[in-house]
Order: sequence, then C-alpha cells, then structure tokens
Amino acid sequence: MAKVILDFERPIFELEQKIVEMRKYSDNLDIAHEIKSLEQRVDQLRRSVYNNLTRWQRVQLARHPDRPYTLDYIGMLLTDFVELHGDRHQGDDKAIVGGFGTLGHQTVLMLGHQKGRDTKSNIYRNFGMMNPEGYRKALRLMQLAAKFNRPVITLLDTPGAFPGLEAEERGQAEAIARNLFVMSRLPVPIIVVIIGEGASGGALGIGIGDRILMFENSWYSVIAPESCSSILWRSWDYKEQAAEALRLTAPDLIEQGIVDRIVPEPLGGAHRLPDVAGATLKSILIEELTKLKKIPVPKLLQKRVEKFAAMGAWKE
Amino acid sequence: MAWFKRSQANIQSENPKKEMPDGMWTKCGGCGEIIHRKQLEQELWTCSKCQYHFRIGSKEYFSFLLDAGSFKEMDKKMRSMDPLQFTDSKPYSRRIDETIKKTGLMDAVRTGRGTIDQRPVVIACMDFAFIGGSMGSVVGEKISRAIDAARKHKHPLIIISSSGGARMMEGALSLMQLAKTSAKLAELAESHVPFISVMTDPTTGGVTASFAMLGDIHIAEPQALIGFAGPRVIRQTIGKDLPKGFQRSEFLQEKGFVDIIVHRREMREQISRVLQHLHS
Repeated sequence: MAKVILDFERPIFELEQKIVEMRKYSDNLDIAHEIKSLEQRVDQLRRSVYNNLTRWQRVQLARHPDRPYTLDYIGMLLTDFVELHGDRHQGDDKAIVGGFGTLGHQTVLMLGHQKGRDTKSNIYRNFGMMNPEGYRKALRLMQLAAKFNRPVITLLDTPGAFPGLEAEERGQAEAIARNLFVMSRLPVPIIVVIIGEGASGGALGIGIGDRILMFENSWYSVIAPESCSSILWRSWDYKEQAAEALRLTAPDLIEQGIVDRIVPEPLGGAHRLPDVAGATLKSILIEELTKLKKIPVPKLLQKRVEKFAAMGAWKE
Repeated sequence: MAWFKRSQANIQSENPKKEMPDGMWTKCGGCGEIIHRKQLEQELWTCSKCQYHFRIGSKEYFSFLLDAGSFKEMDKKMRSMDPLQFTDSKPYSRRIDETIKKTGLMDAVRTGRGTIDQRPVVIACMDFAFIGGSMGSVVGEKISRAIDAARKHKHPLIIISSSGGARMMEGALSLMQLAKTSAKLAELAESHVPFISVMTDPTTGGVTASFAMLGDIHIAEPQALIGFAGPRVIRQTIGKDLPKGFQRSEFLQEKGFVDIIVHRREMREQISRVLQHLHS
C-alpha cells in the first residue's frame, strides 16, 4: 500500500483499510461475502477516481514521493550499468545521473534528473534541480555516446533548473541553450521520456529528441502551476486553475503535437506497480529504438529539426 | 500593528516601471536628469550625463542600426492563435487584441532584411512593450524564419533581445520555441553564416536559455539585466540579498558570457566592424 495518500485518494485508502481489517476477523466470522462486495466497490471507486483525474491531480501523482525515479528505471531496464560522473570542468551534479548500460541487446546512454526520497537524499540531489555543470555533464555524456554511436535515452523529472546565485554565475542559461543546440544535431537516435515533472527549460535542457514519450501521469509545461498562479493570478492559491489553463498532461501534449506517445501506467500511478511501469517502458523503448535505428543519420537529423520547427500555432 | 495582514506578499516588480512617456520631457531612470525628447532621440535614448540606456523598441533600433530606407519587414501580419484557449484574469485572445491596439505591434518581435553600411543583413528585434517581450509561437516562428532567410541568402543574422522569457499563455508550445529556434541556429552554424546576439535590458528566461546565448558574438548594452532566473526568484531561493551588479552586462562579461559591452551610440559601428571581420 502506498505510504503517502493524496487527498483525492483518501476514500480509496479508507475502503482498502476496511478490507484489511475485515480480513483479520474473517476466520471467526462468515464475512467473505461482505469482503467481496467491498472489494468490488473499491475496484469501482479506483476506476472512477483514476480515470477522471483533473490536471492538478495528475500533477500531484507526477510528484508522488513513491514514484519511480531515473535510478529506479535504470535498475529495472538496464543490465551492466556503468554510471559516469562530472562535466570535466566544474564538478559532478548529483541532480542528474547518467551512464551506459545494456537495454535488451544493445548499449545505450541513459541519463535523467534524479530526485531524493527523504530530506537527506533530496538535499544531496538538490531536489532534482540541475546546475549548469549538470547540463554540461549531460552534454559530455551525449557527445561520448555520439562518438561511439550509441543511442541516447533521457528521462525528465525536475521541478526546474536551480535558480541559485552560482548557477547564474556559471551560466545556467548558456548551459541549457548549448544543450538544445547540440542535441538538435547529435548524430545518434535520441528518445526523451517525461517520467514525472517536466518543468520548463530545466527539463527541456535534456529534452530534444526524435521521439518524445510521456508517462500517463506526468506533466510537462513552460512553468509549474504554482509559479504560474503566483505570476498571472498574483497569488499561490490558483494552482488548480493554472494547471487546467496550462494543459500540461500527456493527452494535452499529444493534442498540441509535442508528444508522440503516452506510456501507460498501472491504475493509480507508476508507484503502485513500479515493475509493471518499468516493463512497459522497456518494451516501448526497444520498439522505438528499432524503428529509429533504421533511419539514416542525415534523414534522422533533418526530421528532428522539422519536428520542432512544426511546433507552435500562429496565423498570417 | 495593522488590524489585518496579508497572508502572502503580492509580487513586487524589481524596479519601478520604465516606460517612455509621451510628453516633451523625460526623467532619466538612472540619475533623474530631465531630458528633452529631441535630445533623447539624438542620443539614441541614452542619458548623456549618466549613460543610462532607456528601454526602446524595434522601431528605434531599426532606425539607427540600418541604412536609411533599407528595412524590408518579413512576416508582418503573423499573429498568435491562443491555442490553449488560455484565461487568467482575462482571456489571452483579448489580451493579444488589446496589446496590438495599444502598441501598434503584432507580437513581441519584428524581423526583416536590411543593410548596415551597404552590407545586407537579416535582423530581428524584440519589443518588450508587447507582453513583456515574451516568446510564444509567433516569436519562435518569426525568429526561425529569419534564421532560415539568413541561411538561404548567406546574410549575417542579428537578433536584438529584450524579454521576460517564454509566454505562459501558450503553455508547453512556448517552451518548444526554445527548442525550435536553437535547432534552427544549429543548422545556420553549419553553413558558416555569422550570428550576432545583442542583449538589452532585460534579457531573461527562455530567450536567454535559447537563441540569445547562442551567438557567435555576444554584445550587451551597458547595465542590462541578463540571466536565466529573475533576481526575485534567486533572492527567495538563497534567502540573501544579491551582490551589487549581479546579472548585469558587466557581471556577465566578467564571468565569460558576453564578448563586448557596447554603448548604444557605438552599436552600429561595432556591429559593422564585427561583420567585416567575420563575413567579407
């Protein structure tokens, strides 16, 4: 059972608790029938709640502290993983992890934002917020992958690039811009997966690719709903409205022509059955990579630029 | 003590609004000097006493950077579509209509072709007056087409930035304009056509994190605010006051992100000189 219960999950949780309690007494009492009907009810409730999530509720699921993070997916998807560290200039940004590993029968570079699970590990990981050296570490690893002709898979899960003093001194904006510039012409296939939070330039800084995938309960936008609320509504209280207005869920982004494919999650979110989420992602990645590897590199790069060039809505 | 209290402080802008008043006399935002409009125009909207640079728009920049009469505007009629049907305090579509009416601009950038000392260039200039110079689909598309034109004609590209960042009202589509313009610039770089990025006050957020920081040459006007995160957000994050001059042009040059700081009066001459070195 999930350790952290979100407000809208409470009725489900309460029913689940009741069933657990009733099971304890089921040896002495003949209540199998009641248990069964309760199980049906909770099943129905789960469906009605999780199939009708509001955008804000999806944002909450995307941030669920039990949700699988980059290192969890690396553990589930890759064998013989070798983690690599540092940007060879400034240091090793712990908010991003990356390295080579075997996916199915091929070596890939997998890298992504990494959050922590408790206060201590969150401080160590800077809550998944990268500094310039993080983007430069990612860039170094991607150029290494290109040199040895290995495909790149990036996993996005960040509340944003770190808005700190040193980050500005060391050129946060330049580091992100440089990645967009290089990734758009990196001569190997790139698959981008939004696994949790895709907040703004901090996420996009490792988010250019040939295929953009998005987990069912993740979000991706130009700004987090709370910050949007504070700027446009001048109060932190309009996050639900902001989430609705920003249209930041996976189906929304498919509609906007930004995301190519949704990665389905187990009912209730990837953290309910992480192994299932991992297996789904693995098979989709292998399928997509097989397709991408058939495309000659010049054509791949041309299509990559065209893909992003087509994004937007205007009239003349 | 007041008998009521705000639970949360409203957002305060960093500096008092600096807008060009319509009257004959203008107060300098730097030293407080009262300057006559004619003189201000002659000094290219800078203060002759303290060198303060007033915020100006594309019309002014084109007027003193390009050879007289050489400007041919591209994609003049392109405008936003409100793809998300976004509404905050008012619908985005209405905000667009009102801003077009108020500013006489179609969006936050104007692009075109012209000459500098008879040398053909493709030029783009942002207008901060249009929703804070924010980049949505129109800015992204117009910049991308300007880059394409520079590549096709092999004419140097100049982009003058002033922006608060990506435009929230177009959601993830605005974010994708960072990717789009950067990808186009990567193509341009492969054809060895120079790109000069001119950063003016302020250049922040998504614009800095894409085309503004991808120039072959980075020029900044003196004292311009240039950065990724805004000063207010950084101050909140670190819980300390920021050092004097933080995120200003001189600071960025010191940290290695700006090649030259150029006074507006010398901008045309300096750009012309750089182009002569890179593209003759």
